[in-house]
Amino acid sequence: MMRLRQLCRDFQVGDQVVHALDHVDLEIRSGEYISVMGASGSGKSTLLNILGLLDRATSGTYTLNGADVSTLDDNALAEQRQENIGFIFQSFHLIPRLTAVENVELPMLLSGTPVAVRRERAQEVLEAVGLGARFDHRPDQLSGGERQRVAIGRAIVMKPSLLLADEPTGNLDSRSSTEVVEIIEQLNDDGISLMVVTHDPDLGERARRHLFMRDGKIISDDGDAA
Amino acid sequence: MLLRDVFRFTGRSVLAHRMRSILTSLGIGIGVAAVVLLTSIGEGINRYIVEQFTQFGTNTIAVQPGKANTLGISAGVFNSVRPLSLQDAEALLRAPYVLHSVPAVSGSASVEARGRERNVNVFSVGPEFDQAFRFRVSRGTFLPHDDLERPRAVVVLGSTVYEELYGNENPLNDRVRIGGERYRVIGVMESKGDMLGIDLDDTVYIPAASGLTMFDREGLHEIDILYDDGANVNEVIAGIERILVARHGGEDFTIISQQQMLDVLGSIINVLTIGVGALGGISLLVGGVGIFTIMTIAVRERTGEIGLLRAVGAERSRILQLFLGEAVLLACLGGLGGLCAGVGIIAIVNITIPAMPASIAIEYVGLALGIAVLIGLVAGVLPARRAAAMEPLEALRTE
Repeated sequence: MMRLRQLCRDFQVGDQVVHALDHVDLEIRSGEYISVMGASGSGKSTLLNILGLLDRATSGTYTLNGADVSTLDDNALAEQRQENIGFIFQSFHLIPRLTAVENVELPMLLSGTPVAVRRERAQEVLEAVGLGARFDHRPDQLSGGERQRVAIGRAIVMKPSLLLADEPTGNLDSRSSTEVVEIIEQLNDDGISLMVVTHDPDLGERARRHLFMRDGKIISDDGDAA
Repeated sequence: MLLRDVFRFTGRSVLAHRMRSILTSLGIGIGVAAVVLLTSIGEGINRYIVEQFTQFGTNTIAVQPGKANTLGISAGVFNSVRPLSLQDAEALLRAPYVLHSVPAVSGSASVEARGRERNVNVFSVGPEFDQAFRFRVSRGTFLPHDDLERPRAVVVLGSTVYEELYGNENPLNDRVRIGGERYRVIGVMESKGDMLGIDLDDTVYIPAASGLTMFDREGLHEIDILYDDGANVNEVIAGIERILVARHGGEDFTIISQQQMLDVLGSIINVLTIGVGALGGISLLVGGVGIFTIMTIAVRERTGEIGLLRAVGAERSRILQLFLGEAVLLACLGGLGGLCAGVGIIAIVNITIPAMPASIAIEYVGLALGIAVLIGLVAGVLPARRAAAMEPLEALRTE
């Protein structure tokens, strides 16, 4: 359902061109659980950002659910992100003045969903991530693990097909990490495609398919059927 | 995004920093309050002046000797011109639409009666003065229609003069001395109050010819004309002009209609009102700078939030709308607050100091609010555009 063909992403650093992604070919099928590992600067975050439509390729094509999204304009990309992609960030990125349930509602708020519908859906999602009793808490009243669970709720509230997690446990203690990982793996079991970018070998190991990157290239991929 | 949610989201952002938002709005609020107050005082003065001048009726025309191109040249400064005579005043009764023609000379003199003496204004006028200017006699009669050149020596007392000299006694037919001459009292006027601070009742009225002698003048200060309500003022002026030019052999007089006078005064006061309003506008401008500053800070502080909103589906235009909305909301809050403060202060002033003329100028109030919103928009545009221009990825990386 997702396919990258000869995809390059170049950055201009001073008068030098850095190939963050260097002719990458990748195919992701529905429901896969993929980890991306590699040293800093190997291009794994860039790969995630390209897949999440937060960044554009310099060359090559990206096909999402059968449609070429490499040439979409800014507004169309925003719409694609809203409908198809869920993001989980290392630093949660919750809006501090909004309550847990309002943070979860945010994508539906932006898509124009009526308040009654989105409130019900947001509560349902919060219960799914184990925060049923904490609807009205603001982020500063929640622990790190709880915050990340709110962020997961926000990522899945629009029922996206792909969940992208960039070091999802990077700011968490080991117990919270385990909880968070269990929740996103449960979501994957329910059918959502999951890609986790991490430095943590233990977390990376848990995926069913493992990508290793170096210098903008995928040097190892144990699940590439294509 | 539903419009309701846009309002709620921006409202939450403003509420999140309560003190900061209040202080920012205060700048606009003070500006709006200043505009409301200053223009209200201007409007109050305008109404006060119009009221003062129209208490004698609006369909009056003054003819003064000498040709002046602008208003404000005092009567009789041109000695080379032919003076306005009592006969001129009488002749003007024949002009079309003219109802009353009142010759007038004024000055001041001392009045003695019953061993008391008082310095008063002396209005030496024609017998139709009371009808022309809506003055009423409370006792006796006003000046009679006498021989133009040699009227009887009679006087009508203003109510203040009467009270000061006679208390409550009957003054009719009593003899008084005015400027050394003897006059017989034939009437007392009703109180007329004051005009622009001058007590109109501290006055005695004597025949015009007597005044010319008393003040040793060749001609009148002024001839006051009352014309028919239904007449066109320009036609009336043309008729007066024709008669006087024929009598004088040239245009050596000035005709000022009450309407012209009010128009000129009105336009002067309007310019002043706009001027003070603009002074208040400067504080609005300062308030706008405050909003610009706070929005610039807000955009920087909330860069991560902007990135997140973009990641979960907000278009650039949405970010622009949200931040612009916030700036306008701050301006509106300030504007409404300032409006309430301004109107409140005026209400208090009207109750506590009734003499102070203050009247809310609704068009300036509307203008001030409109400008407040506009300032919010202008102040918000740059920060909001900066927010909208951010690349989502860059914004997310900023902590």
